Amino acid sequence: MSETGRHEDVPEENLPVEREAHEGAVTPADDPFADPGLPAHEHRKQDIDERAAKRSERTVALLFLVSMIATVAFIAAYVAIPIDKIVYIWPIGHISALNFALGLTLGAALFCIGAGAVHWARTLMSDVEVADDRHPIEASPEVKAKVLADFKVGAEESGFGRRKLIRNTMFGALALVPLSGVVLLRDLGPLPGTKLRTTNWKKGVRLVNQSTNLPLRPEDIAVGSLTFAKPEGLEEDQEDFNEKIAKDALMLVRIQPQNIKDKQELAWSHEGIVAYSKICTHVGCPISLYEQQTHHVLCPCHQSTFDLSDGGRVIFGPAGHALPQLHITVKDGFLEAASGFEEPVGPSFWERG
Amino acid sequence: MSNETSATTTRRGQAPRGERIADWADGRLGIYSLAKSNMRKIFPDHWSFMLGEVALYSFIIIILTGVYLTLFFHPSMAEVTYHGSYVPMQGIRMTQAFESTLDISFDVRGGLLIRQIHHWAALVFLAAMMVHMMRVFFTGAFRKPREVNWLFGFLLLVLGMFTGFTGYSLPDDLLSGTGVRFIEGVILAMPLVGSYLQMFIFGGEFPGHDIIPRFFTVHVLLLPGIMLGLLVAHLILVFYHKHTQFPGAGKTNTNVVGMPLLPVYMAKAGGFFFLVFGVISVIAAVASINPVWAIGPYRPDQVSTGAQPDWYMGFAEGLVRVMPGWEWNFLGHTINFGVLIPILLFPLVLVAIAVYPFVESWVRGDKREHHILDRPRNVPTRTGFGVAWLIAYFVMLIGGGNDLWATHFHLSINSITWFVRIAFFVGPVLGFIATKRICLGLQRRDKDKVLHGRESGIIKRLPHGEFIEVHEPLDQEQLHFLTQHEQPEPLELGPEVDENGVRRKIKRSQKLRAKLSKSYYGEDNVIPKPTVEEYKEITSGHGHH
Repeated sequence: MSETGRHEDVPEENLPVEREAHEGAVTPADDPFADPGLPAHEHRKQDIDERAAKRSERTVALLFLVSMIATVAFIAAYVAIPIDKIVYIWPIGHISALNFALGLTLGAALFCIGAGAVHWARTLMSDVEVADDRHPIEASPEVKAKVLADFKVGAEESGFGRRKLIRNTMFGALALVPLSGVVLLRDLGPLPGTKLRTTNWKKGVRLVNQSTNLPLRPEDIAVGSLTFAKPEGLEEDQEDFNEKIAKDALMLVRIQPQNIKDKQELAWSHEGIVAYSKICTHVGCPISLYEQQTHHVLCPCHQSTFDLSDGGRVIFGPAGHALPQLHITVKDGFLEAASGFEEPVGPSFWERG
Repeated sequence: MSNETSATTTRRGQAPRGERIADWADGRLGIYSLAKSNMRKIFPDHWSFMLGEVALYSFIIIILTGVYLTLFFHPSMAEVTYHGSYVPMQGIRMTQAFESTLDISFDVRGGLLIRQIHHWAALVFLAAMMVHMMRVFFTGAFRKPREVNWLFGFLLLVLGMFTGFTGYSLPDDLLSGTGVRFIEGVILAMPLVGSYLQMFIFGGEFPGHDIIPRFFTVHVLLLPGIMLGLLVAHLILVFYHKHTQFPGAGKTNTNVVGMPLLPVYMAKAGGFFFLVFGVISVIAAVASINPVWAIGPYRPDQVSTGAQPDWYMGFAEGLVRVMPGWEWNFLGHTINFGVLIPILLFPLVLVAIAVYPFVESWVRGDKREHHILDRPRNVPTRTGFGVAWLIAYFVMLIGGGNDLWATHFHLSINSITWFVRIAFFVGPVLGFIATKRICLGLQRRDKDKVLHGRESGIIKRLPHGEFIEVHEPLDQEQLHFLTQHEQPEPLELGPEVDENGVRRKIKRSQKLRAKLSKSYYGEDNVIPKPTVEEYKEITSGHGHH
């Protein structure tokens, strides 16, 4: 318990430090924890040494001068450096020379103005701390009484409380008038109708390879590969290509038929080739990662994982239901849809059922 | 106003030119009265008061660079074939929005720089607001009279997040388009109205041709307009309330100690704007951000791995990623809880911190104004709650990047997801307990320092051979600093029965309030600060202890 040592060793005057008495300060003897008041101002070097102040002045001026030079350099870089010039800058790598030069010169021009101003404020402007009074935010009782009285007079003069008919019809009118604004929003878009339930897949539509744009044959689908397909007739330059591909995108894999666990999946497949919607049932990202050994596909957005050998069942992640499968068959040697999707593709919605 | 009073009349008998201009303006705008109360307004100094300034200045930078970008950007989803100067994209179909973003990056000199400053400044803006909010939270600067300003700041943070989101969606690149698709899925998950809202917002089926122009209006007009209004109100209130200050010698609840606006803060704050702008320019010169040319235009059937939103959306992303895929079907309707719950949790977590000032003032029942900041250790329950909130936030940030954590640290994505699911609930509790313990420990140390002085590092050997460390007493300034805080008594409910022995009716809300009050100010949650008597007893020199 003797870790503090003997207090006789400490000179008495050192206990609470003595200082000049300030306004409202309590003497330490009464209350050692009392607010001693603002400490006396300590002079900086620049306050007492004119040479130091001159040095500060030169530093500030130099910073402003560097800023001017940097702005001139910015303009020079803008004019001189071609926009497509690529340079190697260690350790960043190959970058646009113009962007690098413009950014650095602009940065230097701005930074030096800031550094100069701050240095000026810190070394040359007065650093004497000043105390200012605060006044309560709340109004005084007199002001409050005056305001309330004024309000009462105004309210009475309007007859707002007395003439109830006016008041109620006014509230009614004000409540109704925004409806016009709401009604005007109706034409923002069409009603959903069956748009979310339908795709372009129907019986007899051929499956076309997304990358080669050629109709797919069963032999094009190799074991272990993931093939992306779109319906025949859907071309990139069509006006509504994006809306269509957002629902029609398909992925195809070949699984040994004996490894397909789901009976309906087997029935809807052709020689082990299964076609699933590529649009994740979570929030609609295109699924594009395929694990050959397990036949799992993973959506790179939120990591929902589906088992393509078991009816597209969700095995991990935030997706709420299985991937829709497309019933496919072969006609004239080409893969085609045996029917449309039985259920809506993509994320679920209230009316999905 | 007459010019006669002017002391510095020139030889033609007129006031100096500057004064005459000021007179003219005063006669119409009343600038002298405005300047009287504001020109030499006192602002306290502390490094943490700079965080809000960083946010303010990055907002100004965003507006300046944003206006420049609108001169070149075409917010259109009309499809074109690219023929610009970026060779790898030539011949590829894309929207005009993406094409003009490539043009800004490759054909407008300095366009890439301004684009990068704009995006970097947005990241800095959100980060600065967040850290500024934490400073205000942990020091209790939100207390009366500043609760409304706290809400203004909170709204700025939330609106800033959505302005950021609509902004990075505009280039219509593969990454941001994926984010817009996510929004579509979220809208569809709304019960009852989801599919209607989706059709109205997108002007038809996803993606349609309307969403980029609509986002553009929201991003450049609607949200920044509201934010500008809130920002001005925020600053007016800062001036009106006068800035808070940390406790210290000469600082009281009825004064404000610091340096005057003119000239010191004019120079410091004005200069700081240039410092922030300069640093962000240098970052934009050396660090590429959102290189849309490497990502490519959006197509709904394509995606890249490692897709990440900007950092401030990572928390919402985490909630969505780690939520189990619950989906209910009843009476032919689908409720997608897997999306719905995270999307409801996202605002709830934010609101939890927004309403905190009102909860604390209710618990404490304190109606006074507070201008002296708290030291976080002196309010362990608040500090613990803040740390718990931050832990929940950062755990979800991990969840939002679970794929990157998995690939960078060779971890299983399933394990990370499970870790986040558990840590989201357990982490804040542990953080709260640990923080409270640490705060109480620091309070104990403060008390010890007051009573026994500061460890001097000098070891002394006593005549009988014992070694002791000499403790030096603190000066009055430090004694005041360590003991100035208030330690309120917890709320008492009073006896359960009244004087007639009848059970008193105590509202449930009052019981809760008393319980919370105890968790703030009860015996186990505060270390009683040293009293003058204790101090005098120990320092009077009588005996050892």
